[in-house]
Amino acid sequence: MKPPPGTEFPPTWHIDGDALTLRGDWLAQAGGTAAFPDDALAGVTRSLSLDMAGVGRWDSGLVAFLWDAKRSAAAAGIGFDTAGLPGSVRKLLGLLPDRTEPSPAAASRGFHPLTRFGGWIIGMLAETGILAVLLVAVSSGGVRAAAGRARMRGVDLLADVRDAGPGALIIVSVVNFLVGAILAFVGAVQLRKFAADMYVADLVAIALVREMAAVMTAIVMAGRTGGAYAARIATMQGNEEIDALTVVGIPVADYIVLPAILSLVFTMPLLYLYGCMVGMLGGFVVSIAMLSVTGAGYLHETLGAVPLNQFAFGFVKSIAFAMLIGVSSCRIGLKAGRSSADVGSAATSAVVTGIVGVIAVDAIFAVIAQVLNL
Amino acid sequence: MTALLSVREVTLAFGPNTIQHDLSFDVRRGSIFAIMGGSGCGKSTMLKAMIGLLRPATGSILVDTEDYWAAPEARRTAIGRRFGVLFQSGALWSALTVGENVALPLRMFTGLNDTDIRRLVRLKLGLVGMENAVDRLPAELSGGMRKRAGLARALALDPDVLFLDEPSAGLDPITSSRLDDLILNLRDGLGATIVMVSHELPSLFAIADDGVFLDAETKTAIAQGSPSHLRDHGGDPRVTAFMRRERPAPRTPAQQDRP
Ligand SMILES: Nc1ncnc2c1ncn2[C@@H]1O[C@H](COP(=O)(O)OP(=O)(O)OP(=O)(O)O)[C@@H](O)[C@H]1O
Ligand SMILES: [Mg+2]
Repeated sequence: MKPPPGTEFPPTWHIDGDALTLRGDWLAQAGGTAAFPDDALAGVTRSLSLDMAGVGRWDSGLVAFLWDAKRSAAAAGIGFDTAGLPGSVRKLLGLLPDRTEPSPAAASRGFHPLTRFGGWIIGMLAETGILAVLLVAVSSGGVRAAAGRARMRGVDLLADVRDAGPGALIIVSVVNFLVGAILAFVGAVQLRKFAADMYVADLVAIALVREMAAVMTAIVMAGRTGGAYAARIATMQGNEEIDALTVVGIPVADYIVLPAILSLVFTMPLLYLYGCMVGMLGGFVVSIAMLSVTGAGYLHETLGAVPLNQFAFGFVKSIAFAMLIGVSSCRIGLKAGRSSADVGSAATSAVVTGIVGVIAVDAIFAVIAQVLNL
Repeated sequence: MTALLSVREVTLAFGPNTIQHDLSFDVRRGSIFAIMGGSGCGKSTMLKAMIGLLRPATGSILVDTEDYWAAPEARRTAIGRRFGVLFQSGALWSALTVGENVALPLRMFTGLNDTDIRRLVRLKLGLVGMENAVDRLPAELSGGMRKRAGLARALALDPDVLFLDEPSAGLDPITSSRLDDLILNLRDGLGATIVMVSHELPSLFAIADDGVFLDAETKTAIAQGSPSHLRDHGGDPRVTAFMRRERPAPRTPAQQDRP
């Protein structure tokens, strides 16, 4: 129905007495439509009759115009006589209502700081409550799982563990190797001034074991796995899959949240230990290349640098990070809306919350360590 | 009447699984063509091949004598611009309001100004009885409303060919017959050709004037013709049984013995 170019007759109309006459081609996509002014019916007395004998080709552009006319006529209490129209136009017009309610104006979004603040506080309180309920549900699910009665499927847990563990090895290796190497660089430049080259090994080992390996691994996992969990759950929300689980009576906390959290709790401490090793390897490579340190000497120094309880401290921290990332990403996914944009913002929000949360929790651990003299 | 779409010896497959083989039929310009058959026999898959989402394993689909799948990508997009599609599940863009869903094709492919676009959007929604839902999000609609909004979106560009996958599934009888009217009027008024997948026998008898019947077991077309013709003189007992809502006659022992 695309008109060949150059053969268009512009759409025109006029009202003469009680008759509305249309001419030309009324093809919407070629611009062939017109608005029907509100005051056009001023001179019409009883009933508007229509004549479209002069109309060539037409599509919804014509129908849109005639619908406007029909509504104006209805609003003005004037009859609308469609007898002069071809049957097909008459039928299409017949499907369209005489009156439409004006679409409701968007609710005014004035700036009410107090209301906003109150709403924010209430939101925070509600969120805390929901999180607590979720945590209780997950914990009881975990207890049931330990007794072998959880409504969680082993395959789901295995798939999640495979994705969060072996699947993350490469990126965790790269990040920690580079962090170890960077620490060695920075340390080397300073310590060489005091001819204390050997202490680079101590610096790298302590920094990695106490802070960097756990934090960097957690940040990587927040971006990689936390974002993925949030997006997955938000998509299930949009497809009504969560609703279906609820109706069947499968607790969402058991079926989705528990495997997500457990997979992170199982893998992150191991990834942390692995990250320490790879990071120290990075430091080792840089030190051998840049400093007057022997391989054996570096290894010996490293072994003496960190007591075992430091590893335990990092291990516990990793578990805390894992729970934080797992719970926050699942909760964000569950509370997402149902559109595609909501999936995107859920993933973003899970990553941001995960990273900020990891660093905040790490700061808390630093204070605790200080107090306990660890 | 000339054939607008010709399906020639088409075989449809997902990987090694053949869904339908050796399908050949013509869709006449201006007809309402029904693709019929039991659930899971491959009707939606056939539709996908016709609208350019799934390349047939073999065979060709001619649009106005032009081989659609042999054409380069850009040409296929240009041909596809003449198609309007209503997906089985609505497939509304969930981040956009109903009005924006209908407006997006108009904004992308026409030079119309905002006022005209708004009027056309209202018209398309008015035709399906949804003019009051312009500002609602798809997630806030009922299943049937989503169907109708999807139809309004399919109508956005005044398409030459409308592909409807189960347009009346999930609609109440009155809305459903209203939709039949709408489809008839779109064909008569705007000169559109309509290819539809449907199980709704009343609406098939009321509006379809040609069709093809796909069978899941033999994996090919076992009858062609208008639904009412198939009901009255279908020939194949499986087809007449389907059209009369009867269960097919029990199989003969010889058939049951086969593996
Ligand atoms: N993406 C896909 N990958 C593999 N197989 C598929 C895919 N989509 C559909 N199928 C298979 O193709 C067959 C036909 O599916 P199709 O959706 O075309 O059925 P249908 O005739 O439209 O059924 P219904 O009436 O229930 O909508 C089914 O057996 C289905 O399992
Ligand atoms: Mg289907």
